Amino acid sequence: MDFGIIELSRLQFAMTAMYHFLFVPLTLGLSILVAIMETVYVMTGRPVWRQMTKFWGTLFGINFVLGVATGITMEFQFGMNWSYYSHYVGDIFGAPLAIEGLMAFFLEATFVGLFFFGWDKLSKTAHLVVAWLVALGSNFSALWILIANGWMQHPVGAAFNPDTMRMEMTSFFDVLFNIVAQAKFVHTVSAGYVTASVFVLGVSAWYLLKGRHVDLARRSIAVASAFGLASALSVVVLGDESGYTATHTQRMKLAAMEAMWETHPAPAPFTLIGFPDQEARQTHYAVEIPWVAGLITTRSLTQPVPGIDDLVIEAQDKIRSGLIAYGALMTIREQRDATPQAVRDTFEAHSADLGYALLLRQYVDDPLQATDAQIAQAAEDTVPGVFPLFWAFRVMVALGFGFIGTMAYFFWRASFRGMRFPRWSLRLAVIMIPAPWLAAELGWFVAEFGRQPWTVDGVLPTALSASSLSVGDLLITLTGFVVFYTVLFIIEMGLMLKYIRKGPFQDVEETARWVERHEHRLRTTDGQGPFAAPAE
Amino acid sequence: MILYELIPFDVLRVIWWLLLGVLLIGFALTDGFDMGVGALLPFVAKTDTERRIAINTIGPVWEGNQVWFILGGGAIFAAWPPLYAVSFSGFYLAMFLVLAALILRPVGFKYRSKRDSITWRSAWDWALFIGGAVPALVFGVAVGNVLQGVPFHLTPDLLSVYEGGVLWKLIALLNPFALLAGVVSLAMLVMHGAAWLSLKTDGPVAARARAIGPVAGLIAAAGYALAGLWLALGIDGYQIAGPVVTDGPSNPLYSTVTHGGSWLAAYAARPWIAIAPLMGFVGILMAVRGLKAGREVSTLLWSKLGITGIIASVGLTMFPFILPSSTSPDSSLTVWDASSSHQTLFVMLVVTVIFMPIILAYTAWVYRVLWGKVTAADVTENSHSVY
Repeated sequence: MDFGIIELSRLQFAMTAMYHFLFVPLTLGLSILVAIMETVYVMTGRPVWRQMTKFWGTLFGINFVLGVATGITMEFQFGMNWSYYSHYVGDIFGAPLAIEGLMAFFLEATFVGLFFFGWDKLSKTAHLVVAWLVALGSNFSALWILIANGWMQHPVGAAFNPDTMRMEMTSFFDVLFNIVAQAKFVHTVSAGYVTASVFVLGVSAWYLLKGRHVDLARRSIAVASAFGLASALSVVVLGDESGYTATHTQRMKLAAMEAMWETHPAPAPFTLIGFPDQEARQTHYAVEIPWVAGLITTRSLTQPVPGIDDLVIEAQDKIRSGLIAYGALMTIREQRDATPQAVRDTFEAHSADLGYALLLRQYVDDPLQATDAQIAQAAEDTVPGVFPLFWAFRVMVALGFGFIGTMAYFFWRASFRGMRFPRWSLRLAVIMIPAPWLAAELGWFVAEFGRQPWTVDGVLPTALSASSLSVGDLLITLTGFVVFYTVLFIIEMGLMLKYIRKGPFQDVEETARWVERHEHRLRTTDGQGPFAAPAE
Repeated sequence: MILYELIPFDVLRVIWWLLLGVLLIGFALTDGFDMGVGALLPFVAKTDTERRIAINTIGPVWEGNQVWFILGGGAIFAAWPPLYAVSFSGFYLAMFLVLAALILRPVGFKYRSKRDSITWRSAWDWALFIGGAVPALVFGVAVGNVLQGVPFHLTPDLLSVYEGGVLWKLIALLNPFALLAGVVSLAMLVMHGAAWLSLKTDGPVAARARAIGPVAGLIAAAGYALAGLWLALGIDGYQIAGPVVTDGPSNPLYSTVTHGGSWLAAYAARPWIAIAPLMGFVGILMAVRGLKAGREVSTLLWSKLGITGIIASVGLTMFPFILPSSTSPDSSLTVWDASSSHQTLFVMLVVTVIFMPIILAYTAWVYRVLWGKVTAADVTENSHSVY
């Protein structure tokens, strides 16, 4: 297999997945915020909440379609570019993807049409239920895709079957209740909620700065800051939970993120900043805080956190164990049913390390012929790029704390300072708009770049996972996607800005028309008309 | 006792083969009319209002319909991983074309009427046309190639290798028989789209749909008959040689396959499957008559019957083959050697049995809420909320 194909396939996957994730977090959060706004509307009957629902709903729609459009690529890309991966783990990985379609996509896609087209065809309550079903559908989708992704990080509930030359499911419940998947799910949806809150906050702040739509903007800030504060806290706490699970499941990724070259005596210090140097195996200009890394990752003062050097030595042992499994596998493949039970037993005993033997395939066609130098090289390959991981992680965490601070401030001003916001804070909120996207993309980078050199941790090396395509194939599709996605992105941003600038004006007219038609339904209990100023 | 052994492995494989058919047919019956409307757009709707009428008949439902396609991909991944791996990497550039065309649709629907510019709108109309016509054509072309066998082989590691250079792989797909299958697919979905427009619109759009639909239907029926004849005379089938193991491990290389004989031998062995092509012809011809006579609901139902028959006939003719290999027949994927494990098939069946009825129920409810024709007044009065 050619080196260029792996790199191009990775580039294409990273590009299409990160592009897809520009739209997903906003969908996750905005669907819920819109449903909350509509709930308030149904409970109070005040047109401004309907106007908010429709306005943010319009922006939700512009964003949602691109999430759908780019999601189509994701569903088929595994088979197109990663066909050996698809064969090797499809028995497990395919299941959550199919369930995602059954449980989530149908729900959100069937009802999202009704959300936009059903305003006059449904009762208020029915429309509200539709809004919540859309939000539920998008969030279910995150659950299942993260169960799939969690399995790539921590492949539980599966075993290699020598007859079919692939991993097969041994326990659906282990796959479902994978601790990594659960922590990732809450972390990721919370990140989506933060993204949407920062977006609503920023756009509303811009309106306040311009003195436009003050009524709508203030209420939106109130909702977004409350929801955003809770979500930002959850993101950081559950991110910490992810780190804690990584202590047991992905020790190499954790060591690389923290640039822990050697195993420190417990409790290990936390390197706040520094310049990791992978060649020299040390971190220059490191600023360390004693005890913290040990506390975060093991939640104890006595457990050591294994460092990169020790993990590389461990990987060598696993490669040698994997080679025993590989040798037995070759015998089983030749003799099939006639294989002596002893060989099958040997295979079973070492099959957990089979993936490590496959790391050698980059260097030698038959891993059994590998030299000691090649084994050492393959073990060295299990260390991902430390510098980018170290910094991506730190920037993400800093942004996370920044969101908590911003949301807490706005929540306090909205709740206890009569919705008066200083202009500097409003400007800050506008500037903050791109930050959650940056944090989310960095988070995915840490998770997936940190998983290298594996597509499925310890099971299947990335270098073996791709399809047997040619560089020409990949260049055509990669160029196609880059051009196509860039054009779509420009169009999307153009429309988004157009509708934000335009504001909810159009909705005001429609609301007035609608209210006229439905005045009897809107009259409040004390007999006042729908246009009576809400008490503030 | 292990729960999943309640249903034998070979029975599960047949069930999942049937479910694969249900998904493909579900996709063709629902998203099929969306694609048909897209392909018909420049021909049935001339003014902006007419185009908006046509687009808004499918505006609220296309998204849910498209999930049949996405779920098709997911279900093939979960239940037939070798098929997922071999077919999508093999039909690489064709898949890319389909994806690019399908991506145009969501964006086209949503963004088209968000600006008033004529250039903007007509550009998106073309995007919607491509998004409808190209996938409809390519899916047929793919089926045409599957019937002839596809040039791939599996290595002992079960890595799929597809033969041919970069562009040659794409050009080789466009052989005469496959193009005929593509025309059948496109024509049948155009007819389906016309039946939908005739039900959901009135005035000039419906009138044009009723004029074009029958022509498309007759092309589909004639092309289908011709393809059948071609299969009988000019295309060899595939057979499993030696004993057929139906509950063995999913390793295509464990069985021996020969290329030769006729696919249509299946009709001698299992005469009852002739009901599928019969449904195809009757459904299409009745839909053509219905379109001409201006009947609405029954026409759409006949059209659905015809499409069901045509798609089912392909699967039933090939059974147990799913994806035969022309260059290495032993690598061919069949129902008996290309499935997921026993446990995965069982788990996925349980999930499907729980969720499919729920999905069908709420989808039916949504269609009921949206029942009725889309008129010019609907589009102009709600100019800002509809597409």
